[in-house]
Amino acid sequence: MSQQHTPQTASPNVGLFITCLADMFRPSIGFATVKLLEQTGCRVSVPEQQTCCGQPAYNTGDRRTSAEIARMTIDAFAGYEYLVAPSGSCVGMIKYYPELFDAEDPYQQQAQALADRSYEITSFLFDVIGIEALQQQLQQLTIPRTVTYHDSCSGLRQLGIKQQPRELLKQINGLQIEEMTEAETCCGFGGTFCVKYPEISNRMVSNKSEFINGSGADTLVGGDLGCLLNMAGKLQRLGKDNPDTLVEARHVVEILADMLDTPGIGEQDVRRLQAASSSADLSADLSADFALGTELKSSAAQSETTR
Amino acid sequence: MDINTPFFKARASEALQDANLQQALGNLKQGFPHKRAIAVERMPEFDALRDQGRDLKNHILEHLDLYLEQFESRVTENGGHVHWARTGEDANQIILDICQQVNAKTVTKGKSMVSEETGLNDYLEKNGIQPVETDLGEYILQLRGDHPSHIIAPAIHLNLEDVSEAFHEHHHKPKSDDPVTLMQEAREALREKFVVADVGITGANFCVAETGSTIIVTNEGNGDLTQTLPKTHIVITSIEKVVPTLEDMTLFLRLLARSATGQEFTVYNTLSSGPRREGDQDGPDNFHVVLVDNGRSEMVGSQFQEMLRCIRCSACMNHCPVYGAVGGHSYGWVYPGPMGSVLTPKMIGIEKGAALPNASTFCGKCESVCPVRIPLPKLMRHWREDEFSKHLTPKAARYGLGSWAFLAKRPTLYKQFTRLSSWGLKLLANSPFGGKKGTLESIPLAGGWTDFRNMPAPQGDTFMQQWKQRQNAAQTDGESS
Repeated sequence: MSQQHTPQTASPNVGLFITCLADMFRPSIGFATVKLLEQTGCRVSVPEQQTCCGQPAYNTGDRRTSAEIARMTIDAFAGYEYLVAPSGSCVGMIKYYPELFDAEDPYQQQAQALADRSYEITSFLFDVIGIEALQQQLQQLTIPRTVTYHDSCSGLRQLGIKQQPRELLKQINGLQIEEMTEAETCCGFGGTFCVKYPEISNRMVSNKSEFINGSGADTLVGGDLGCLLNMAGKLQRLGKDNPDTLVEARHVVEILADMLDTPGIGEQDVRRLQAASSSADLSADLSADFALGTELKSSAAQSETTR
Repeated sequence: MDINTPFFKARASEALQDANLQQALGNLKQGFPHKRAIAVERMPEFDALRDQGRDLKNHILEHLDLYLEQFESRVTENGGHVHWARTGEDANQIILDICQQVNAKTVTKGKSMVSEETGLNDYLEKNGIQPVETDLGEYILQLRGDHPSHIIAPAIHLNLEDVSEAFHEHHHKPKSDDPVTLMQEAREALREKFVVADVGITGANFCVAETGSTIIVTNEGNGDLTQTLPKTHIVITSIEKVVPTLEDMTLFLRLLARSATGQEFTVYNTLSSGPRREGDQDGPDNFHVVLVDNGRSEMVGSQFQEMLRCIRCSACMNHCPVYGAVGGHSYGWVYPGPMGSVLTPKMIGIEKGAALPNASTFCGKCESVCPVRIPLPKLMRHWREDEFSKHLTPKAARYGLGSWAFLAKRPTLYKQFTRLSSWGLKLLANSPFGGKKGTLESIPLAGGWTDFRNMPAPQGDTFMQQWKQRQNAAQTDGESS
């Protein structure tokens, strides 16, 4: 369960742990996280020496590699008051770091210290900073959407994240939350599980898709990109013939940071579509990608100017 | 019972295609978890009881030898006999010897998972003794030559039609699809067996050290008839079932019924404290308890000790999305679901059992409903560590993990790799592999994913690249202004 910390300084010095999936597949999650942190007065840095939290090694039973990666992450975040990540799963892994070292290992204490000051983003905003810091900004937003929230397993059961994202989302005008059946049931992603047992995983994500579609929401929201990639990928495969009714998948920070100009997870940028229709060749598509990158940067820069 | 655990994946695949089974599993999912939730809600102190249960079990495991010895002396004082079986084969041999001493032809059995573990039925049959299962579910399975797929609802994988057919074939009566009629048929058939049985064999949910009693909980009463009618009653149970006092037993009974079926209490809670005494109206002349170890004492003091807290309630499997998808038979041996994924590798070896601790998303639901708070995902992870350190992890996974680890430990290289991969995936998304909506419909080497779902394509450059550009731009702005 998340502990109640009070920030030591008025503008906490936060190190962003970007998570490997967000880094590669959806940088907008990183920029949205930065925007939210900056809106609440945090100073945000992104330590260069980070890669992945080490969960793939830990869950495969390779303790040695997970300890080596843990050591690297501990060093990378040594100078920060908090580690914040847009993922309950990765923060959950960091909470396991102390177990990876013997009691006499100097890293054991540091691992514990890092675990104690590591937070998933919605829990950080709600439990540490306090909703007041963000309330005004959120209440100025009008987002006429009906969303349904998937509780990712690690965040929910390891960190106790349930009400935090919902309370934050509730502040936004026009936004409605419709709970799906079995919001707390695993979507079948499970890191390497979905490739080790693809058929079982498929059954789980198929069940989940039914619940999502049954909720009547137009947007699926969650706090972990792994689960979201899984569910969005399935929803799109199922909705292949009827793309207009597709539920859009988004990370919760993209909504809270009002960064909805980027397409939903796994959906093509409209601008890229237009570019592609005017010229069918690959270079046009790639230049559209480049344009998307620039767009993201400008929205990030915007977040700086609003500060 | 044959060990089919190494074929978990193939069996799971068949189970997923089996419409009948899927329907049965759907019923299970809507039944027990729902009832448990209501029962728990009615009892505000449930979580506190779970803590007590965990602590008490831990205490017992710390002093297992003492409580077992106390149990043995009480049983002996009561006029019964305690037999110690190191292995499953030992247990079967002991039971066969007792049966042969009383010239037994048939034995009735109340439900016991431990006897499934030792393969007792096959062993007795091979030696000319006919075992008859008397739990309705197990009776149906025995007629069909089948095995339990669940530890408290053994025939949960069957539908009414399966039962109707099995009864029609064996009872030689007109086919019926009325559950009450079918139950009545089973009742009649079983009454005859109860009366002629020479020996009754039951399991035990708990063994009480202070009184030398064993207890079984059932909802059918078949256990009572099994243990009171025949002249000889044999209890086969395992060493971790011992509890210090009757009072302690009641704590676990409260946890067990609520976690298992959502009942406040099981319908029949039957204690056996030795053979019939003078003046007793019924009960057996001989009372034997066979205490099975079968690898459990090795778990004491090991990283798997916490598994011995298990009270066999099945809450973990009732709530497990993997069990709910593939059913108990996919697990390929006696104990299915999350508890089986920890216990089975211990009993059949990790070499044969590795598929099970890997068949979990570590979603943690099992741990969250366990009445004695067994950290099941953690214990499954221990098995994966064992598998990894013994080099049993499949080569492809090991190689993949090795390459990933090489990069993950080198941030500069890693950044170049993610950059390249994101670029490569984007290229793929725009190639014939790509879908129309910015997703990938097939990725070389990632068929496991794309057989069933699209892979969303990367948005653009990696975050790290874009962040660096932003930092550089901010710096240049700062310098120029």
